[in-house]
Amino acid sequence: MTVLVVAEHDHKILSDAGRRAVAAATALGGDVRVLVAGHHCGAVAEAAARLRGVTQVLLCDDPLYAHQLAEPLAVLIAALAADHQAVVAAATSHGKDVMPRVAGLLDVGQVSDITAIESPTVFQRPIYAGNVMARVCCEEPIRVLTIRTTAFAPAPEDGQAEITAIAAGPDPGLSRFVEDAMTRSERPELGAARVVISGGRGVGSAEGFELLEAVADELGAAIGASRAAVDAGFVPNDYQVGQTGKIVAPELYIAVGISGAIQHWAGMKDSKVVVAINKDEECPMVQTADYALVGDLFEILPSLRDGLRQMKA
Amino acid sequence: MKVLVPVKRVVDYNVRVRARSDGSGVDLANLKMSMNPFDEIAMEAAVRLKEAGQVSEVVAVSIGTDACQDVLRTALAFGADRAVLVQTPEAALEPVVISRILKAIVDEEAPRLVLMGKQAIDDDCNQTAQMLAARLGWGQGTFACRLALADGEARVSREVDGGTRTVALPLPAVVSTDLRLNEPRYLKLPNIMKAKKKPLDIKPLESLGVNTSTGIRCLGVSEPPARKPGVRVESVEDLLHRLKHDAQVI
Repeated sequence: MTVLVVAEHDHKILSDAGRRAVAAATALGGDVRVLVAGHHCGAVAEAAARLRGVTQVLLCDDPLYAHQLAEPLAVLIAALAADHQAVVAAATSHGKDVMPRVAGLLDVGQVSDITAIESPTVFQRPIYAGNVMARVCCEEPIRVLTIRTTAFAPAPEDGQAEITAIAAGPDPGLSRFVEDAMTRSERPELGAARVVISGGRGVGSAEGFELLEAVADELGAAIGASRAAVDAGFVPNDYQVGQTGKIVAPELYIAVGISGAIQHWAGMKDSKVVVAINKDEECPMVQTADYALVGDLFEILPSLRDGLRQMKA
Repeated sequence: MKVLVPVKRVVDYNVRVRARSDGSGVDLANLKMSMNPFDEIAMEAAVRLKEAGQVSEVVAVSIGTDACQDVLRTALAFGADRAVLVQTPEAALEPVVISRILKAIVDEEAPRLVLMGKQAIDDDCNQTAQMLAARLGWGQGTFACRLALADGEARVSREVDGGTRTVALPLPAVVSTDLRLNEPRYLKLPNIMKAKKKPLDIKPLESLGVNTSTGIRCLGVSEPPARKPGVRVESVEDLLHRLKHDAQVI
């Protein structure tokens, strides 16, 4: 069996999600090839070649892939897929955009958001916002799979695979890049952070999030948010943790002023330790968290920051 | 210009579902069903385009049993001009099969734009819009948080990891909607009454001649492992002590 992994990257660095997709592909068994399609992305191919289990890196370096548009990428991947039994990518916004298009071109079903691989054809995945787990069998001639990054550890870097340059595919001319508006942050990436502190409606304002920032600074934490906080405009949309936002599973998740709707739980329930800080002792987050501190977050957060500083001193 | 809006009937987002004790599936008996919330956003976007004079007709389509007529009536109450039910014996079909059926409907209806939710909140697959776009050979604007039509193009701002990315798609195209595209309207009683008189066509699935086979099947479902009960802490000092010494995460 040969598995093709679609690497996610920014043309310079192979993403943490891409390394996790390689680990999942290795768990399927067989040879693992990694496709790096981008522009001036040689460094990504070199990084992919070092991952354990990778037997070959296919490097497709062309301006056509400069913005990672789904339409040309899917054509390239679907053409390569013919020589593979499975195509794997991380279930990030990029994988979610591109992979079903690949499956559509191949006319096969896809298994999304895999959290466990039981055998090369049997997988587990969450449904109903993670309230139910499904076991799914995929016997399509080419298995198109996306994996939930929090369920697989990144592949270690002790391999040495060859890099083969391949020609670009055709340009279907169906889409044009206009612009990016990315959130700049010095903090760790939300999906990969060891500690996440998230705020909800209870935080009350963008200024309220500064209190979370101060605690995050002490913990080296990423900042997240509930849908209510994003909808209210306190923070940008890519902070959202939940069923349809980011899925996180840090060692420590601190939920501040978040009531804990099932849609939010779906995004963080695999966190190792969950702390709830909330004035409502009846809310689901307080009821379900490992540690719940009931009180006024505007008093608790500054003293939490001070307490963390003292511990370090 | 015509817009097609596929809508799915799902368990209401406020309802917590459970796996049947024998693991054969999810217990849906007597649960409140609603239109998939992401499809409501697509419906609202389509109706706003019509109200702005950029779209002449909005057609809603649902695929499933007769019970799906209720979400189509909801779509008509939003402001769709007419509705199509593709009648199937079973409620749950794989996205790949749904995309084949929608392709057949698009071939009949010839819309210039398909607007649909980015995922259904039951199977959480997030596949159908992209699969449909691939089949049609159209561009795709997934996870839209802004949408504008001008000069024969759809300009779509997409919610992606890290921020927002804007793309331009020559029409026809498929756009899948994210949460922040709009806030769907509350349906008013006169509109609900009017919806009862709007046309709703029923097409048996067999009449479309679509291949419904798939290599994917569900082997069973289970409840996720329960978290162990937590503890209430009384102070910040208490919390920090436990995080450091019991949980050992700081």
